[in-house]
Amino acid sequence: MIELRNVSKIYPNGTKGLNNINLTFGKGEFVVVVGLSGAGKSTLLRSINRLHEISEGDIRIQGQSITAAKGVQLRRIRRGIGMVFQSFNLVKRSSVLRNVLAGRVGYHSTLRTLFGFPKHDVELALQALGRVNIAEKAYTRADQLSGGQQQRVAIARVLAQEAQIILADEPVASLDPLTTKQVMDDLQRINQELGITTIVNLHYIDLAREYATRIVGLRAGEVVFDGPVSEATDERFAEIYGRPIQRDELLEVAQP
Amino acid sequence: MNGTPTPSAALPKPPRKLKHLLTLVLVILLLWGSAHRIEASFGRLFKGLPNMWDLIAEMFPPKWTYFDNVVQPMLDTIRMAIAGTTLGAIVAVPIAVLAASNMVRSPWIYQFFRIVLNLLRTVPDLLLAALFVAIFGLGMIPGILALAVFSVGLIAKLTYESLETIDRGPMEAMTSVGANKLQLILFSVVPQMIPYFISYVLYTLEINVRAAAVLGLVGAGGIGLYYEKTLGFLEYDKTNAIILFTLAIVLAVDYLSTKLREKLL
Amino acid sequence: MNRKRWVRWLIFAVIVLIYVWTFWGLPLSGIKETAGQITRSIFRGLFHPDWGYVYLPDGEDLLRGLLDTLAIAVLGTFISAILCVPFAFWASANRGKSRVHSGTGKVILSVVRTFPEIILALLFIKAVGPGSFAGALALGLHSIGMLGKLFAEEIENMDAGPTEALIATGASRMQILWFAILPQVLPGFLSYTLYRFELNVRSATILGIIGAGGIGTPLIFALNTRHWDRVGIILLGIIVTVTLIDLASGYFRRKLA
Repeated sequence: MIELRNVSKIYPNGTKGLNNINLTFGKGEFVVVVGLSGAGKSTLLRSINRLHEISEGDIRIQGQSITAAKGVQLRRIRRGIGMVFQSFNLVKRSSVLRNVLAGRVGYHSTLRTLFGFPKHDVELALQALGRVNIAEKAYTRADQLSGGQQQRVAIARVLAQEAQIILADEPVASLDPLTTKQVMDDLQRINQELGITTIVNLHYIDLAREYATRIVGLRAGEVVFDGPVSEATDERFAEIYGRPIQRDELLEVAQP
Repeated sequence: MNGTPTPSAALPKPPRKLKHLLTLVLVILLLWGSAHRIEASFGRLFKGLPNMWDLIAEMFPPKWTYFDNVVQPMLDTIRMAIAGTTLGAIVAVPIAVLAASNMVRSPWIYQFFRIVLNLLRTVPDLLLAALFVAIFGLGMIPGILALAVFSVGLIAKLTYESLETIDRGPMEAMTSVGANKLQLILFSVVPQMIPYFISYVLYTLEINVRAAAVLGLVGAGGIGLYYEKTLGFLEYDKTNAIILFTLAIVLAVDYLSTKLREKLL
Repeated sequence: MNRKRWVRWLIFAVIVLIYVWTFWGLPLSGIKETAGQITRSIFRGLFHPDWGYVYLPDGEDLLRGLLDTLAIAVLGTFISAILCVPFAFWASANRGKSRVHSGTGKVILSVVRTFPEIILALLFIKAVGPGSFAGALALGLHSIGMLGKLFAEEIENMDAGPTEALIATGASRMQILWFAILPQVLPGFLSYTLYRFELNVRSATILGIIGAGGIGTPLIFALNTRHWDRVGIILLGIIVTVTLIDLASGYFRRKLA
């Protein structure tokens, strides 16, 4: 499904973001990527849909190389990969529905989307909102929603996109513990019901253990752990982080 | 998606778009009405464009030797701007204090001065200059006065607005040591305000240099008179020399003033 | 410490020199003896205006002059609001552009801003003949400079997140513009356009001085023919119109914020 082969990323200032990464993610997996900030989690995720360019190696999405893709071909591949961001990245002044419909633009010509969407798309968007339980907010302006609700709109955008893969970059870092649970539950439910491959970057290790089917640990741009949750013991996390687990890395402890 | 569809009964109704539509219609009507009123048309514009090109063609090359004739009026223009801004700045100080709600207790007083300032700023400087020319006759004096009046409006407004946002800490400290109102203003308000005030004066000077360059069109001195002279005699290469000269002076003043303002704040 | 004091003295000396140069030999003479009398006449005109001039059945009255003025401002503002958009995108320093690229745009905008509208009006009169149309074109061209700069700043202050999200969904460049950029910048654009409209109404009142239409023409005529009561009513008309426009525009701008 997703294959990273010998992927390295070197920033213009010489620092290595990713160092010779080899990973394969299968269909329906719920992968959580953990590591200290600066370990390369975000770079890894953004390389998969090429929001960041890589310096070496090749990334293949369902057999197609996104690294080599150009123009329409690149946009087609991106259309199949939904992304959820830490800061939601909604157009705050637009309505919720319009934000969700933005997930549909990849399916139509530019001209078609300038003059409104087909009815089918609007229904799809409303269904997606229903799936994250905020259909009643469809015509509200996005900036009138709470953080948790905004993130659910972003998830609905990904659903409307009919993506086979969801990338979530620290999706709960700006949320309180209660909404964190709701958003993670949404992601898990979608992963299980629709079989969408989901890759999530997380800061909290207890959250990672609770939701993941597989955990990948990064340190200084290298994969230092890759295995099922059962193997991700406190000792192994201590290795990933290069030091014992700290209190603020546990959601339950950090925010009682 | 192949999940269960959401029952459509739970969905909210889309909002009416009537308001947006009406606004759009109104704006279009306004534009159409305006275009009709002043007899604007693409036809006229396209018919005029060749004339415009001819004119621009005649402007080049600029007649550089004409510089000698306009250096003195250009210097006069700058002097007018400096004199007008200074005069305006001096008058603006007491008015700004009287218009600030944290300096004057009575809302009657500060509201009155604000209204006066607003009225002052409704009259453009060129119009003021035309009035002052009618009163004092041709020359630099009406120009300087017009710029001064305009400057009072602008500087006093900017100053009273920032006066209202000053830090009250030093003022309270002064009050606690038993200072009277005048001492209060001198030792706690003035030191806080001076960089802002100078910055506003410089900003107004930038605007006034631009304004002073055209005041001559109504006979209020400076380089503006030479625009009309050269255009009237169809000496467009000379006009261009003046335009480029003015451009250089204005950009130079802008640059200097911006650099100074950055240093101040 | 010593050096600092020295610099202070230097600045002080330069300022003194500038002022000596400015005021030295400023021609204080040549003021008409009638100045006081005319001032009184103008004030009398302001308080006893020529009400009959407000509306005349056969044209050329205050209301029509003001209407022309507003029409010039509306059209001039519209022209500049449309034409400045490409310049604004050119001059905005985000979206991964080189500094040289946006810098060039900024310089062009500031050069445009430097041309006074009244000089542009003189040029347009040569092209399309005297009248309001020349005035509107002049305002339209001149306003590009300021509106372009303000629009560019609005684009620079925009949140880059939605753009990133749209790229990730596989949107084309036009779709990114339409769905991520325009919804964010449009309210700001409209607000600045209204602000520029306020300024353009003021500018339009003076265009008539050089024959580019609007209320300025009868005003300069009344001044030259010493019809002080007419000067009074025209000044009142301008003050009232500009104030009303400011209030209305301010109301709409607050709603947009």
